[in-house]
Amino acid sequence: MRYLPLTPTDRTDMLARIGVDHVDDLFADVPAHLLLKEPLDLPRRKTEQDVARALGKLAQRNMAAGSVPFFIGCGAYKHHVPASVDHLIQRSEFLTSYTPYQPEISQGTLQYLFEFQTQVALLTGMDVANASMYDGSTGAAEAVLMAHRVTRRRKAVLSGGLHPHYAAVVRTQSALANDEVVTLPADVSARESLLDQIDATTSCVVVQTPDVFGNLRDLSAIAQKCHAHGALLIAVFTEAVSLGALRAPGDMGADIVVGEGQSIGNALNFGGPYVGLFATRQKYVRQMPGRLCGETVDAEGRRGFVLTLSTREQHIRRDKATSNICTNSGLCSLAFTIHMTLLGEAGLTKLARVNHANAVKLADMLAGVTGVEVLNTTFFNEFTVRLAGDAAQIVEKLAARGVLGGVPVSRLLPGAGLDDLLIVANTEVNTNEDRAQFVAALQEVL
Amino acid sequence: MLNQQGRPTAAGAGEQSARATFTSNRGLQMEEALIFEIGRRDVSGVDLDEPEAFSSRLGAHARVGEIGLPGLSEPETVRHYVRLSQKNYAIDSGLYPLGSCTMKHNPRLNEAMARLPGFADIHPLQPQSSVPGALALMDELSHWLLVLTNMEAVAMSPKAGAHGELCGMAAIKTAIDARGEGATRRIVLVPESAHGTNPATAASIGFEVKAVPAGADGKVHPDAVRALMGPDVAAIMLTNPNTCGLFETEIVEIAQILHEGGGYFYCDGANFNAIVGKARPGDLGVDAMHINLHKTFSTPHGGGGPGSGPVVLSARLAPFAPVPFLRRDGERLALVEHEEGTSSLGRLTAFHGQMGMFVRALSYILSHGADGLKQASEDAVLNANYVRACLADVMSLPFGNKPCMHEVLFDDSWLKDTGVTTLDFAKAMIDEGYHPMTMYFPLVVHGAMLIEPTESESRAALDLFIMTLRDLAMSALRGETERFIGAPYLAPRRRLDETRAARSPILRWVKPMRVE
Repeated sequence: MRYLPLTPTDRTDMLARIGVDHVDDLFADVPAHLLLKEPLDLPRRKTEQDVARALGKLAQRNMAAGSVPFFIGCGAYKHHVPASVDHLIQRSEFLTSYTPYQPEISQGTLQYLFEFQTQVALLTGMDVANASMYDGSTGAAEAVLMAHRVTRRRKAVLSGGLHPHYAAVVRTQSALANDEVVTLPADVSARESLLDQIDATTSCVVVQTPDVFGNLRDLSAIAQKCHAHGALLIAVFTEAVSLGALRAPGDMGADIVVGEGQSIGNALNFGGPYVGLFATRQKYVRQMPGRLCGETVDAEGRRGFVLTLSTREQHIRRDKATSNICTNSGLCSLAFTIHMTLLGEAGLTKLARVNHANAVKLADMLAGVTGVEVLNTTFFNEFTVRLAGDAAQIVEKLAARGVLGGVPVSRLLPGAGLDDLLIVANTEVNTNEDRAQFVAALQEVL
Repeated sequence: MLNQQGRPTAAGAGEQSARATFTSNRGLQMEEALIFEIGRRDVSGVDLDEPEAFSSRLGAHARVGEIGLPGLSEPETVRHYVRLSQKNYAIDSGLYPLGSCTMKHNPRLNEAMARLPGFADIHPLQPQSSVPGALALMDELSHWLLVLTNMEAVAMSPKAGAHGELCGMAAIKTAIDARGEGATRRIVLVPESAHGTNPATAASIGFEVKAVPAGADGKVHPDAVRALMGPDVAAIMLTNPNTCGLFETEIVEIAQILHEGGGYFYCDGANFNAIVGKARPGDLGVDAMHINLHKTFSTPHGGGGPGSGPVVLSARLAPFAPVPFLRRDGERLALVEHEEGTSSLGRLTAFHGQMGMFVRALSYILSHGADGLKQASEDAVLNANYVRACLADVMSLPFGNKPCMHEVLFDDSWLKDTGVTTLDFAKAMIDEGYHPMTMYFPLVVHGAMLIEPTESESRAALDLFIMTLRDLAMSALRGETERFIGAPYLAPRRRLDETRAARSPILRWVKPMRVE
């Protein structure tokens, strides 16, 4: 077996050194009748090329985003990731190291985490960010738990513009902990009155911008009302590139900002692994979940970095920890920070402009198609259209024509009576030709 | 010990070589500034064409003012991260004996497979009809996990081990609620030797944690469980093999006690890698167990993730699995994405789980096959026992010199009166080119040193590791404390001041005030 260095002779000699006759003697603590005698009904080992062939066949059965005109978003976005990003994250010293528990020989990981935390804090307009969560949705659930700790209240209010899967994750977590959640109805046009929901029992309000339908929301008034009632505002985003064009949630008064970082540096990966971004105000640092990297000095006075404030964490605090999270999204946060370093402020803001410009172009084209109505007055790179027909069926017909044309709202909210709505995203990867093909295919199937 | 030049590696050698340089670099060991110190706001390593004129739809939401992000050109970026990488220890550069963490070799085939566009470049919300290969891959991995564990169902969406624990305990809570006992069954039994994630998980969903004492042999015994069992107990969370590196001999009886009392058995599967192909958790009475694909099935740890923590479930808990889950309808596979009409516990993450890790894990599994997986478990256990046998005369084994599973646990009683602590000993290993073992865990042993060599180490690599530890041990026993107290001397950094970091935390770079 190519991954196992021991030879039969090694094994015999080592057993002798240990002082046993057979390897099963080392498994003596396993009750004898439970030790498997017969091989399991599973295939035997395969060569590298046979594995590559088998998995290659499975991969070929999927319609890859890059092979077709592609307009799907809703929490995961296809962007161009520079080749150097994937090369660098495959450096052995990044790929095959553990969580940096031994800082003297982990300064590489620790320094990029410090840089990552700073980039996330700058982007969100917040004071501090942690070293990542699993993804945006679990980050949102953790943010709600954190708000409960800070306010000592247990009622969260979720905007109807929050990604329905994020809302479901928050509701699941809250139901398990017997916390209260108020979820407002799907809010396609950003007209809900969140302010009426905030009172002295509210722990937090969770609002997404751009929301799942693509609308841009001003959070300032919500923040003011939250703060007047001692509640926290949790701002959510699922498209990190939007922060290159839009006001930072921190500038609008958010207390916790959580978001999905996939769209910078990371592939679509059918939903994971992604990287959750989590930022907050300095005064709440000790209530944060997850790892934090901090600056310090070594015994010779040189600058260095360590994991810090770990008395919040499960390996120290156990059942009193702020979260149970241990392994997070290290390598995905590395991809994020490398891509962000390559972009820089000039590149990020331009990337955001290109995304917005492309989306505007598509919206204008779609507005001219009979049977299509663009619903948004504001958007970044994603918007909602009303179709003359069932959006899920239309999406299937588009796929049959080799176009991946967006997410039908019924996929996220079945039974909500929104079956004619389609959410369409458009990033820098889409060309004029892609858009023309999309529009032509849509005209055919409508 | 001699180093490559035949010079003795003695205490204080590091300080002699610490010759000052103009750059602070030391040969290949480069000092590297922060991107905020070397980057510029107007530099970018990405070329993009400015869009044609368009009418903005950002309304009043457009950003005003600077973000403050630095940019680097591509060559500068590559150099920055290559230099940073060179400050990290990694499995690819040396033996990484972190007990409980399973730092085994990460085959590069798996990286190549995960990057196939048919896996990496598909969207979780594209029509299911356009991704039959992805669903088939999830199904095939599920099949392997179920046969290897002899369990009923598997929840694929958990994103890491602790998230898997949340999934399993949530399934237990939902099952108890469905029985109408949610208000009364509120206690979860957790041994003191457990990973911190176990009590943290149980507490996070409203359970009360009660400690189960371990016996003098490092194991949990039925009597201890029986004494705590009652109508208020929801579950036990037990790691098996446990964190002392021992198989819980009486696990079947413990499971029976839970089941007869109306509770469930959650098994922390962090150490499943010791018994894959040798024994099946389903035969032990397990109701739920997470499998760390990043441990047992070698998806890379990546400096702290991403992981993946699928949870296998017994028939009693299978109906409560989270959405999304795969459903087979004849030849056709479909993902059930909504809980309405099911008894599911709900949703734990936005999408379907760590697909990128599923591909890597299946690639690893297919490469090994059933025979190779069994061999890997045996070699992992053999290597740990070899280390035990070769160090038992110098270091102390808290539970006697008896066979262990895939990791061997020493305590610090052998260091008594030497002036050297477990921490010092570990830091001295760094100077010898090794990553330290897991220290001070599990908590039930004083000054714990938990060594997990994994099956990836050759006999020659083990022999050198053993000789190194023996040399360090003899040195400590001879009273050569200088080699330990100040260690590491030769790493990119000496010991870091963690107290200072925590007292006044600096968690981000801030632009220095300009001194006029």
